[in-house]
Amino acid sequence: MIDNNIIAPVLIHLFTALLQLVFWRKTVTHRVLSVVGSLLGSVVSVNLFIKVFYGEILIMNAANWPAPFGIVFVADTFSTTLVLLTSIVALAVSLFSAIGVGRARMLYGYFPIFHFLIMGMNGAFLTGDIFNLYVWFEVVIISSFVLLTLGGRKAQLEGAVKYMALNILASTFFLTGIGILYGITGTLNMADLSGKIPLVENQAIVNITALFFLIGFGIKSAVFPLYFWLPSSYHTPPSAVAAIFGGLLTKLGLYAMFRVFTLIFEPDDFMKAVFVVIAVLTILTGAFGAVIKSNIRRLFSYLIVCHIGFVIGGLGLYTKVAITGAIFYLIHDIVVKTNLFLISGLIRQLRGTMDMDRLGGIYDEYPKLSLLIAIVLFSLVGIPPLSGFWPKIYLIDGALEGNNYLFVGAIILGSFVTLYVIAKLWAKVFWKAASEDLLIEDSFKSLNLYNKVLLVAPIGLLAACSLYIGLNAEMIITVSSRIAGELIDPSMYIKAVLGK
Amino acid sequence: MELLLVFLIGILYAAGIYFVLRRSMVRLLLGILILGNATNLLIFLLGNLTTGKPPIIDAGLKTFADAYADPIPQALILTAIVISFGLTSFAIVLLKRVYALIGSDDLDDLNTPEEEDL
Repeated sequence: MIDNNIIAPVLIHLFTALLQLVFWRKTVTHRVLSVVGSLLGSVVSVNLFIKVFYGEILIMNAANWPAPFGIVFVADTFSTTLVLLTSIVALAVSLFSAIGVGRARMLYGYFPIFHFLIMGMNGAFLTGDIFNLYVWFEVVIISSFVLLTLGGRKAQLEGAVKYMALNILASTFFLTGIGILYGITGTLNMADLSGKIPLVENQAIVNITALFFLIGFGIKSAVFPLYFWLPSSYHTPPSAVAAIFGGLLTKLGLYAMFRVFTLIFEPDDFMKAVFVVIAVLTILTGAFGAVIKSNIRRLFSYLIVCHIGFVIGGLGLYTKVAITGAIFYLIHDIVVKTNLFLISGLIRQLRGTMDMDRLGGIYDEYPKLSLLIAIVLFSLVGIPPLSGFWPKIYLIDGALEGNNYLFVGAIILGSFVTLYVIAKLWAKVFWKAASEDLLIEDSFKSLNLYNKVLLVAPIGLLAACSLYIGLNAEMIITVSSRIAGELIDPSMYIKAVLGK
Repeated sequence: MELLLVFLIGILYAAGIYFVLRRSMVRLLLGILILGNATNLLIFLLGNLTTGKPPIIDAGLKTFADAYADPIPQALILTAIVISFGLTSFAIVLLKRVYALIGSDDLDDLNTPEEEDL
């Protein structure tokens, strides 16, 4: 069904950003506009999700060109779920940024760039055209370059070089894949491609093209062995920026991977095995990387890599149960990873450092705050009945169904190492006696109540979302299994786009 | 003509990959640029080269009577060129700043121990 309102989440962030450019250097106006824009975005996304979940797949033809010829925007359950999560995360981060980002950065356009980034994410989730997906990816990476380098410290710029080089390379791979795909099928519409790819006579060239997409999206979603740029750049920007990067940017790569490898290229047995092996190695390298890091944000960066393996593995098993688990994990991961980086920003406010060896005693001083943080950490580890627990059951169930004991082992090991590093972090940061270091300073205490609330409220908001995902898992399972069904059998999607 | 383009694209990809694998930052930038151009030429080639047949339907006809030059690959390349122009100018400024801060062109020198920040 055609509904032109599905583009609203993109437009709201576009207009917020443009309006902020008009009020250049007025930081108070920027903050207010940012929160209002994100709030409006959330309302619209909730509305869109309800319309699609209880109705049917909605599409919008750009400039009214019918589907395979023009650019089409498609809101199916997968897209709208991710748009909804993006909006919630954007709201939390824009609240946190009001205090968590320095005034100097705001003067040089932190907020407009932030909204351009969110606009790009929403566009990428909603588009149904593979070249348009590339364009949205570029919108996202150019905004992320600016956010990463804003402030211009040495470590930040060094991290940005690695991030920039690998991401441009990934885009080049992606574009090459699109070029070949157009050459062999003559279409760019993803639903149309889905029908035309099986008709290509020379299937070998289709498999080569799939590899280009695998490498391109693999770099962006940081899978083994292409993840090295992530831990060496995500600890450099301000925590609010790292939260958006950690929670959403790598998940954009995962989204594209799920979309392309279910709709366009249906993986054969070899491809599925490749996915599972990549997943296992990603889990192992990410987990072992996290064990040796003493800086909180570097540790979290490795945990991102580790947990991406769970999602890729779900795709590799390619059964409805496994994909349900992977989608549930994706939903849980976006909320909880964003929150982890916000928490690292809060810890930095409380103690002035993020080095675990120099931290300590936060539980004694701030017991209520620590309990709030504990909920998030427990959700990450997956202590029943919190949110990280349920998807793992589905993933293990899916793996056992396919007799894939290697992946079962990797999931269990990955979860165990996560438990170990989080326990270590809890003991060192919260329970250990406060360090005598004179450099430790508490800038949180001197803030007024209003600012304190602005810092803690987003963490509370995301923790509440995590709790909801964990305690109302049945609802999330319904959503995930419906997404998995739509991904495995894309006939509904194709029918909605092409009308046949 | 196609054969010539195939060889040109092959050489550009090879040169790009060679440059990207070097340790120098300037060569990294050149490598990324050359790879981008190779990709654009590849899209151009895969859109089937047709000369002297603009995609305009003759007066009085409803559809194309003959093979025509596909305008879509050129639209794609144009978009890609504009995007890579933006990315490249950002990359040049970034690498210049990094060079000014570190005083070295070697990628292996990019390992300042981390500083603390908000």
